[in-house]
Amino acid sequence: MTDASMPSATPETRHKVSLVTPDARTQKRKAAEKRFRMYGIAGIATGLIFLVVLLVTIVSSGMGAFQQTFINVPVYLDAAKLDKNGNRDIDEIKKVSTFGYTPLIQDALLQQVRDAGIETPLEKRGDMKALISASAAAQVRDTVIENPDLIGQTVDFRILASSRVDGYLKGRVLREDVARDKNIDATHLDIVDALVPLGVMQKTFNLAFITGSDASESRAESAGIGVAMIGSLFMMLVVLVLSLPIGVAASIYLEEFAPKNRITDIIEVNIANLAAVPSIVFGILGLAVFIQFMHLPQSAPLVGGLVLTLMTLPTIIISTRASLKAVPPSIRDAALGVGASKMQAVFHHVLPLAAPGILTGTIIGLAQALGETAPLLLIGMVGFIASNAPDGIASGLLDPNSAMPAQIYEWAKRADPAYYERAWGGIIILLGFLISMNTIAVILRRRFERRW
Amino acid sequence: MSFVKLTTSALAISAVAATAAAARDQVQVAGSSTVLPYASIVAEAFGENFDFPTPVVESGGSSAGLKRFCQGVGTEHTDIANASRAIREKEMQVCAENGVTDIIEVRIGYDGIVFASQFDGPAFTAFTQSDIFNALAPRVMVDGALVDNPYTKWSDFNADLPDADILAFIPGTKHGTREVFEEKVIAAGCEATGAMDAMVAGGMSHDDAEDACLEVRTDGRSVDIDGDYTETLASIDANANAIGVFGLAFYENNTDKLKVATMGGVEPTTETIAAGEYPVSRPLFFYIKKAHIGVIPGLKEFSEFFVADEIAGPDGPLAQYGLVSDPELAATQARVADEQVMGGGS
Repeated sequence: MTDASMPSATPETRHKVSLVTPDARTQKRKAAEKRFRMYGIAGIATGLIFLVVLLVTIVSSGMGAFQQTFINVPVYLDAAKLDKNGNRDIDEIKKVSTFGYTPLIQDALLQQVRDAGIETPLEKRGDMKALISASAAAQVRDTVIENPDLIGQTVDFRILASSRVDGYLKGRVLREDVARDKNIDATHLDIVDALVPLGVMQKTFNLAFITGSDASESRAESAGIGVAMIGSLFMMLVVLVLSLPIGVAASIYLEEFAPKNRITDIIEVNIANLAAVPSIVFGILGLAVFIQFMHLPQSAPLVGGLVLTLMTLPTIIISTRASLKAVPPSIRDAALGVGASKMQAVFHHVLPLAAPGILTGTIIGLAQALGETAPLLLIGMVGFIASNAPDGIASGLLDPNSAMPAQIYEWAKRADPAYYERAWGGIIILLGFLISMNTIAVILRRRFERRW
Repeated sequence: MSFVKLTTSALAISAVAATAAAARDQVQVAGSSTVLPYASIVAEAFGENFDFPTPVVESGGSSAGLKRFCQGVGTEHTDIANASRAIREKEMQVCAENGVTDIIEVRIGYDGIVFASQFDGPAFTAFTQSDIFNALAPRVMVDGALVDNPYTKWSDFNADLPDADILAFIPGTKHGTREVFEEKVIAAGCEATGAMDAMVAGGMSHDDAEDACLEVRTDGRSVDIDGDYTETLASIDANANAIGVFGLAFYENNTDKLKVATMGGVEPTTETIAAGEYPVSRPLFFYIKKAHIGVIPGLKEFSEFFVADEIAGPDGPLAQYGLVSDPELAATQARVADEQVMGGGS
């Protein structure tokens, strides 16, 4: 209506228009565009700032977990304590619990402090407890049980320092705070200060954080994410083995063979809906179906994998269908034209061309499943679970285990501040996995994707 | 090609599933997140010192743990439930209906509940139960009459307390800690301030008054924390004026950030709790399914190891971590050794 009336209403403004000097309306439009671009740049900048802040926080809080303080100490393995009868019988040696080994290690450290000529009011063996990790006794005991001939000798051990000592060397535990801490005193820190230049105490790279198992709250210093990583690996294996064939078969049928009718429409809508279902719902479903109904074991990576498969399937089906759709009909027509059956056309020609897209979708689906925590909370994968490394495929699938994100969640809840650092360290490792999986997906897409 | 894969994987899964329900060789524990650190310390030491695999300890809360424990007998059910409160009559009934009749109750020690605030914050160093009640109850006694809580600052009702806004982070209702907090602090304060008597005098029945005593104000000055103590700690970190409720062990691990308040003039330490002087404490339990002893390898050994002197005694690792060891530990050890079940005479 206004369009029709405009030329007649403003006849004299029309020939004033010049392309060199923009009129008010053009300027306004250009200004609007400029503003819009500014909004866009501001949006990207905000996003980048958040990303940088996030990454800086993660790296600065988590790097500490990759370093740990160790004590080099020669321990005299007293035969009178470890093998009272002196016949080196392995069953009798096993009867000496870790509580029997603790005094030997404390004596050894005390001796070292004396030999170094460090002046300290701490003169009892029990005073050394605050410096040594509770894991040391188990480490020494395992060594002795593996090699009983060491009894009676003095053996060099590299044991973990307690989390408070480690925190002091990392700057987390401050001198002015330890007065209120019943676990450690300033006199202990004096010993630490004296032992560090002698090389007895060292802060070095801690491989055990990447390969080790979870530890209880009394020894944060020995906790590692390794066993949870294996748990995640087995879960991803289950997800891959189940969701890739099921997902690809379902999408090939739906895309290439199924008649277009109301039923397939309903299925299609429901697959799209399933992709949007919150993951915690799959957790509840897993608890009800796999554990309570099918009696699969609680906390098993197999169950976790099954639950994550349900979650990943829609993602894989949707991406597979998209990549099948992207293969032009001429390929199918040509194959059918030279006498191939429908199935031959699909499996010999369409599927290979769609494979890079399918793989990309699968990897992204797996990455999503790898970082998922919520459904795992319900099937018992949070707690003190990841303590035994599995010894085989069946045990890897069925024995209780945790997963990386669940382990991080568990660490973040624990009281000792050393666990907080480990939670961040775990996040770095998890992010490393996710970034490399996504990179592989991008590379696959770049290298093999074909455009028609 | 993919159909072959599909069939093989389906076969593999069903084969695995068939063998899955058959055996379990490690002890499974679930329950209270307060007991979790202690149970995990014991589980770890057990795994190191015995030839049995390390038991699995899940968290989830006392009620959830007992619910799973009571679901039935068989290797697919948990062997031990951790609880930060005693099992209830109702839960025993559910247990019995599902065939879980013989339950061994084991008290491992006591846990203190402390009030702590930001280290650099106002001097919240001494409370009584009445102070907490006056700060957090919806209706309190003012000049002999029960009125809607008018207080906004701690100094409004007790001149010895700092002139700071009232803000408290208390455990949410799903926590076992909440029950102890209500019973030992709020209810005690309710009686001490005379609010309870005023309610009864106002025409309430005794039971109703007891329930009404346990309510907390809903105007945002009392905040329920449904997460763990780490969440309470984060909230305290962000609010200089706030006080929070923690377990003693948690406080002792975070003394660089928190300062603790006395309750009724008694400082919370393992000693004062063991002596019964510090009023806000509770026993911690675990419950063993007797039917599983002998079926699940290591269950009996784990239970005995848990209450052994070298673990749960006053010098053991549990006390080191913050558990107040039970003076009657010897009786508990005997009960576990004899597998004495609840009810039935004992």
